[in-house]
Amino acid sequence: MHTSILIAQVLKVLAAGLLLISFAMLSARRTQQLITLFAWQGAMLFVSTCLVAYSSGLTEMYYSAALTLLLKVITLPWILNRLIRRLRAQWDTEQLVKVPTTMLAGLVLVIFAFGLAQPISLMATTITGHTLGIALAVILLAFLMMITRRKAVTQVIGFLAMENGLFLAATSATYGMPMVIELGIALDLLVGVFILGIFFFQIREQFDSLDLRHLESLKED
Amino acid sequence: MRAISFVRQFVEVVLAIAIAPLFAGWIAQCRAWLQNRSAPPLLQPYRMLRKLFFKDAALAKDASALFRTTPYVLFGTMVLAAAIIPSLVTDLPLAQVADSIALVGLFATARVFLSLAAMDIGTAFGTLGARREMMVGFLSEPALLMVLFNAFLLYGSTSLPSLVDAYRVHQYVVDPSVIFAAVAFVMVALAENARIPIDNPSTHLELTMIHEAMLLEYSARHLALVEWASSLKLFNYACIGFALFLPWGIATHGMDSGWALPVAIAALIGKLVIAGAGLALIESLSAKLRIFRAPEYLAMAFLLAVLGLLVHLLLGA
Amino acid sequence: MDILLVLGLPLLGAALLALLGARRFAPELNAGISLATLIAASFLVLHVIRHGPILAGNEQFFVDPFNVFLVALTAFVGFTTALFSRPYMRIEEHHGRVNPQRLRLYHSMYQLFMFAMLLALLTNNMGLLWVAMEAATLSTVLLVSLYRTRASLEAAWKYFILCGVGIAQALFGTILLYFAAEQALGREGMTALLWTHLNAVKGQLEPRVLGLAFVFLLVGYGTKVGLAPLHNWLPDAHAEGPTPVSAVLSGLLLNVALYAVIRCKVLVEGSIGHLLPGRMLMTFGLLSAVLGAFFIWRQRDIKRLFGYSSIEHMGIITFAFGLGGPVANFAALLHMTVHSLTKSSIFFTAGHASQTAGTQQMEGIRGMVGISPTIGWGLMLGSLAILGTPPFGVFASEFLILTTAMREHPWTTPFLLIALAVAFAGIFSRVQPMVFGESDAPPLPHSPALLPVFVHLAIVLILGIYMPAALAEWYRAAARLIG
Repeated sequence: MHTSILIAQVLKVLAAGLLLISFAMLSARRTQQLITLFAWQGAMLFVSTCLVAYSSGLTEMYYSAALTLLLKVITLPWILNRLIRRLRAQWDTEQLVKVPTTMLAGLVLVIFAFGLAQPISLMATTITGHTLGIALAVILLAFLMMITRRKAVTQVIGFLAMENGLFLAATSATYGMPMVIELGIALDLLVGVFILGIFFFQIREQFDSLDLRHLESLKED
Repeated sequence: MRAISFVRQFVEVVLAIAIAPLFAGWIAQCRAWLQNRSAPPLLQPYRMLRKLFFKDAALAKDASALFRTTPYVLFGTMVLAAAIIPSLVTDLPLAQVADSIALVGLFATARVFLSLAAMDIGTAFGTLGARREMMVGFLSEPALLMVLFNAFLLYGSTSLPSLVDAYRVHQYVVDPSVIFAAVAFVMVALAENARIPIDNPSTHLELTMIHEAMLLEYSARHLALVEWASSLKLFNYACIGFALFLPWGIATHGMDSGWALPVAIAALIGKLVIAGAGLALIESLSAKLRIFRAPEYLAMAFLLAVLGLLVHLLLGA
Repeated sequence: MDILLVLGLPLLGAALLALLGARRFAPELNAGISLATLIAASFLVLHVIRHGPILAGNEQFFVDPFNVFLVALTAFVGFTTALFSRPYMRIEEHHGRVNPQRLRLYHSMYQLFMFAMLLALLTNNMGLLWVAMEAATLSTVLLVSLYRTRASLEAAWKYFILCGVGIAQALFGTILLYFAAEQALGREGMTALLWTHLNAVKGQLEPRVLGLAFVFLLVGYGTKVGLAPLHNWLPDAHAEGPTPVSAVLSGLLLNVALYAVIRCKVLVEGSIGHLLPGRMLMTFGLLSAVLGAFFIWRQRDIKRLFGYSSIEHMGIITFAFGLGGPVANFAALLHMTVHSLTKSSIFFTAGHASQTAGTQQMEGIRGMVGISPTIGWGLMLGSLAILGTPPFGVFASEFLILTTAMREHPWTTPFLLIALAVAFAGIFSRVQPMVFGESDAPPLPHSPALLPVFVHLAIVLILGIYMPAALAEWYRAAARLIG
């Protein structure tokens, strides 16, 4: 009994940590920094999934934890790091406008997400049910990051961070989706990153830059 | 009111005054190690103070009484602050009349005096530093208050000693909101104590200075007091941090055994050693921000503290 | 067995074409695999008509009149598009826009895309449906950027990011659905996401959770349907990708995405009633129809023009599903069919027309009838059909939708009429000078395969004049399922 309270506490803290990393991502300027933050987010997800698996006694949660470790902590950051090194973009910085405004918008999103998830998390029977609001907030913050950024690599990291939020939502509301679905999602994610890798080179070849400002010629006219 | 309480109060204040320069020296030493320099001796700050106290003070021609009294006011407020922060014990007679809001007020008083004194002489740098200091203070105070409100929500009191007591009772492992509050607090503490992302304590490059710019006109015993006061301020911030986030080892109400105080002192010194090293690490890893970015930095600290509040309110403890 | 063939053939084809896609005979191989898929799909249809719904593969696959009709349509348009793409891609190669390596990618991805869509249609598992939809996006991203021009890269990027974000919302909706299912069914692992199981207990699903889930699912899959205001990717992807891809995107992918929305809607309605989902579909539908129609006026590129027309029509179909009831559902299903057939045939002719003129800008395309009567008349007839001129099938379905709307929600009819009128004027005024008039463009190096165009239009015409009783019964059965 006592350990389960302890685990619940630690899970809450981990979820809060995920939210904190999302905010750090919103304000991070360097691409390299973003990848590191993404890897940390994956690591936190891994730990919290392991804890949920331990406390719920579900073996398949260990598999999805292992999948998280393999994909989000090791493989994807490695691919992204290699990619930006090949593209010589690791020192790229982004000019961010009005970080406090973005953060304020993020704060509003957090309130919105909590409000939306509140009634549902009350129904959840899982140990992590109340973190559903945080999961939704992580998704929305990643979305906000994709809106405010103009660099291709950054948008992809935002996309992946959104998937992290979705994973958290799945573990917190229902102890994870069925294994086959999770494998499918992981596969889609991996293929998506590969395709984007190909894309980066094509974009770079065509535009000599990964800045998406060049990709705004298709307008309504 | 028992006599032992007063004894403990006295021990705490004396200890704070005594080891505050040592803490500053320890940070300087860690920084030197991290930067591959040979470190100054640990007792260097004391030697510095001693040297300054034995010198003759030179005062500017136009200096008013305000300029001369400010070092004493600064030192006085910092000692008072040290008296109400539970760094060793929570059973503090003085702390009963002042909660953490008053603490913020004390810091603000010190800031106002220092800024006025800096402008008193009428040199350009002093005014510049004072204006910057006021800007930083203006933004960091709300953030600090928000951090304190976090603790207030968690333990139901704005008085630091009762927070530490409540912590003992509740035995929270750690609440999620504490993470946000802790990060925000570290950011505020760095800004308030003129540490690296906002100001560089060891710089003498006039255009980037904030804190140092205000001290340019001070000399001898006045300078010694001001320096001592700023090391006390750093010490005080560290102790607020310990009280809020790491209150282990502090002697709480009802712990009357003779061992409580030595244990508390040992715990405090241990925490200071680690905190000093951590601070030096943060300073070595980060670059100083341009002064125009300071509001952004502090706004982030404020938002993080607000986020902590939100997480606490919405997630439910 | 049939299901296995329908899914296995395109997957096998994708693997085969990944190896052989650069050879001279690759286009024929592509068409052949599509034909085989079509035959397998026809057997599946026959089976379902004779023996009713099938539940197969450990309940993972489910075929009922609703999806089998879309399977047939998908396999059919997939086959005709493969036929069309044979000469079309040869001409593109002749013009130097693609090389054999790109063609290999194109053919392999084409089959993979077909596989993903068929999987999305046939699966009984809501999670697998999501995976298949995402796979369909991923496989078409590289198709849209096939030409590697600046504009096509931009379009593909936009497509990927917007649909990626959209589909993430859908995943959240799916998670919520699973959450609700677990509450009702208990933790059963895989079975809790099976549509048939959910459908059986839909009355017990927690209404608040399902309401929220539907919002996310509608926004997520709705992005792929091209519903306004999430439609931004659609015109770009249609205009910049190769024409066969535009044809299957418009004719099939939008349908499959809408299918996903409707499957979710059936579940949600069982839990929270018709009002909220219906209203949401109607609002999104009307908005898309009106916005799409007005944007038609601002287009200069022929494929963008018809891309916006697709948005308008998907809006009308979504609106009809939102109305609900047997008649509106019937009309919506009919409209799905005729729109898919007509729009793909229009893209076929538009593709060849812009190949002949050497530009996709409509000012540059003139007098198609003079150069190639089949292309010219095909474009004209297709445009007339899509605009809802009688006696084409589009007229029949639009008429049904309009009358139902007039009876149930009279306030919506002005919007619908405005959308239809604006689209009519917009498209007709653009198409007419392209078809008639003077031109001196040279004919194409390979003779175009325009048989699919006329087959499609003939079917649309027949559906408009006389609907076979068996087909009507089939539509009705599907409409009943949707409720």
